[in-house]
Amino acid sequence: MKIHEYQGKEILRQFGVATPRGKACFSVDEAVMAAEELGGKVWVVKAQIHAGGRGKGGGVKVAKSMDEVRQYAGQILGMQLKTHQTGPEGQKVHRLLVEEGADIRKELYLGMVVDRVTQKVCLMASSEGGMDIEEVAAHTPEKIHKVFVDPAAGLKDAEADDVARKIGVPDASVAQARSVLQGLYKAFWETDASLAEINPLILTGDGKVIALDAKMNFDSNALFRHEDIVAMRDLDEEDPAEIEASKFDLSYISLDGNIGCLVNGAGLAMATMDTIKLFGAEPANFLDVGGGATTEKVTEAFKLMLANPKVKGILVNIFGGIMKCDTIATGVVAAAREVHLSVPLVVRMRGTNEDIGKQILKDSGLPIISASDMADAAQKIVAAVSGK
Amino acid sequence: MSILINKDTRVVTQGITGKTGQFHTKMSKEYANGANCYVAGVNPKKAGESYEGIPIFASVKEAKKQTGVNTSVIYVPPPFAATAIWEAVEAELDLVICITEGIPVRDMVEVKDKMRKAGSKTVLCGPNCPGIITPEEIKIGIMPGHIHMKGRIGVVSRSGTLTYEAVGQLSDLKLGQSTAVGIGGDPVNGLKHKDVLELFMNDPDTDAVIMIGEIGGSDEEAAAEWYARECKNKKPVVGFIAGVTAPPGKRMGHAGAIISGGKGTAQEKLAVMEACGIRTTKNPAEMGKLLKSVL
Repeated sequence: MKIHEYQGKEILRQFGVATPRGKACFSVDEAVMAAEELGGKVWVVKAQIHAGGRGKGGGVKVAKSMDEVRQYAGQILGMQLKTHQTGPEGQKVHRLLVEEGADIRKELYLGMVVDRVTQKVCLMASSEGGMDIEEVAAHTPEKIHKVFVDPAAGLKDAEADDVARKIGVPDASVAQARSVLQGLYKAFWETDASLAEINPLILTGDGKVIALDAKMNFDSNALFRHEDIVAMRDLDEEDPAEIEASKFDLSYISLDGNIGCLVNGAGLAMATMDTIKLFGAEPANFLDVGGGATTEKVTEAFKLMLANPKVKGILVNIFGGIMKCDTIATGVVAAAREVHLSVPLVVRMRGTNEDIGKQILKDSGLPIISASDMADAAQKIVAAVSGK
Repeated sequence: MSILINKDTRVVTQGITGKTGQFHTKMSKEYANGANCYVAGVNPKKAGESYEGIPIFASVKEAKKQTGVNTSVIYVPPPFAATAIWEAVEAELDLVICITEGIPVRDMVEVKDKMRKAGSKTVLCGPNCPGIITPEEIKIGIMPGHIHMKGRIGVVSRSGTLTYEAVGQLSDLKLGQSTAVGIGGDPVNGLKHKDVLELFMNDPDTDAVIMIGEIGGSDEEAAAEWYARECKNKKPVVGFIAGVTAPPGKRMGHAGAIISGGKGTAQEKLAVMEACGIRTTKNPAEMGKLLKSVL
């Protein structure tokens, strides 16, 4: 699960990480009021969307007067902000963060993820803040310093100080940097984060160490123990189809192609998408109905796929194990009837009660195209969709 | 012979009183030598009771003491599953197979750290995996037994139904399996592709291996590089990687199946595998045929 920058900063502050003073705003008037409350002469107006690269897309502006705060807030609120992470259609801005301006002397980078090889939390730090860290990693990997944190001990003082010095924090500010690093680690660990990033972390003219940005993602498997984080979820930032799918415990992701696919199992679902591409078409979605699919779930899955106007055909690929093919067949027939299916449907079924399942499809009288294996299924749906 | 499990393995089910644990314990007990293999279950509140003739004990240690189990299978719900793994490790079992899906990553980081620090010899398979089967001897997990056939091909995979797909293709070609291992789709787990590949390379009754991977991480690359370094030409290995069409930054079902920071793409994995002497196919319907072609 993702959250906004202002929410990430709230969490970081709880763990002792300094951030600029600021306020989340939902209207232009609120933004102006927030700037007045903050005082000072310089404010930053920042679009709050879940994607990165907001500055380059015109979603972050520095205002030097109340008129400019009003002007920039008006420009940014409601805009379709396009960044390298949003896709070409962009993401509509519903929220702003208005912050006091900061006196930036140096920009640094901090990031944290779970490293799969060492199976520990990895702290990544660099003197090259403010930039795309993937670029830094690709061209100057020696500028990224890593610490693999011992899960029982946490990030030790000596480790934090060493990393702070390596990224160019002056001696007078090392103690502050230590509390930022340890605060970030604690925030990551205690909230079950899957990603935390402060880019940039800044050194100010008077030697303070401040998180100018905050990005946090969370492990969805651990949300059951973090009600406060679940409350930060912003459904405006999520694909409505994916939200709908999650209500029925379906794992669904929208893609750009025109062939809907319904599969049991994540690996087989990906393999099915790959097979569609192999035979010259593109999948419209990833959809794993899971191990315990019922008629209701299959019907919902069909509705989801067909709600996408790009879908010109559907491929169902089931390897029946514990889940029986006849159960799925009954679900497919019921779903096809309920949604008055009007696009070609190819079904490939294998495994437990395969023959009964195929008979159910055949007896339904529906124009269902049966396939013998995955490749045959993909070829048949691609042909049906392209009218061959 | 086989790897990890055989007809002499003795199994305790942790989570035997839950719906999933009961269903799969019953199915597994009915498979091949299962009636002799499944000898214990654990639930601290139901010690002294039994399920399907399998006695229930208060702890894994107690189950081991009373029945001599050396392997555990875990169906405990996600919030408690890591604790269940640790209980089996503390009881010094040889093998723990954790089927549970949805365990928080932090819990896995903690339990794996404790295992390393304790110098544990217990092998963990999973979590979020279908389990392990040695056909016609023993099945530990949720895979459909009837699609398997005894033979000399090793199968290792991160996904469930895609493993069944590969096994189904092999059985259709009359190529039986020595053992099929599902290592699971989580980012922090036990056995890796490389570990299982090494076991198959050293198993005199395995002639060739199918290795099935998916996007995310670098386990497949690590296994391929190990193979090229240590065992090239020893036994043929073929592979498939799911997720050529997966967009970056999107988690494709499994917690571990995500392309992040431009790393872990299917193309990258396939290229490394090919360079290391592992033949790959982009057509998952042809995994079995590809394996047959290298025998």
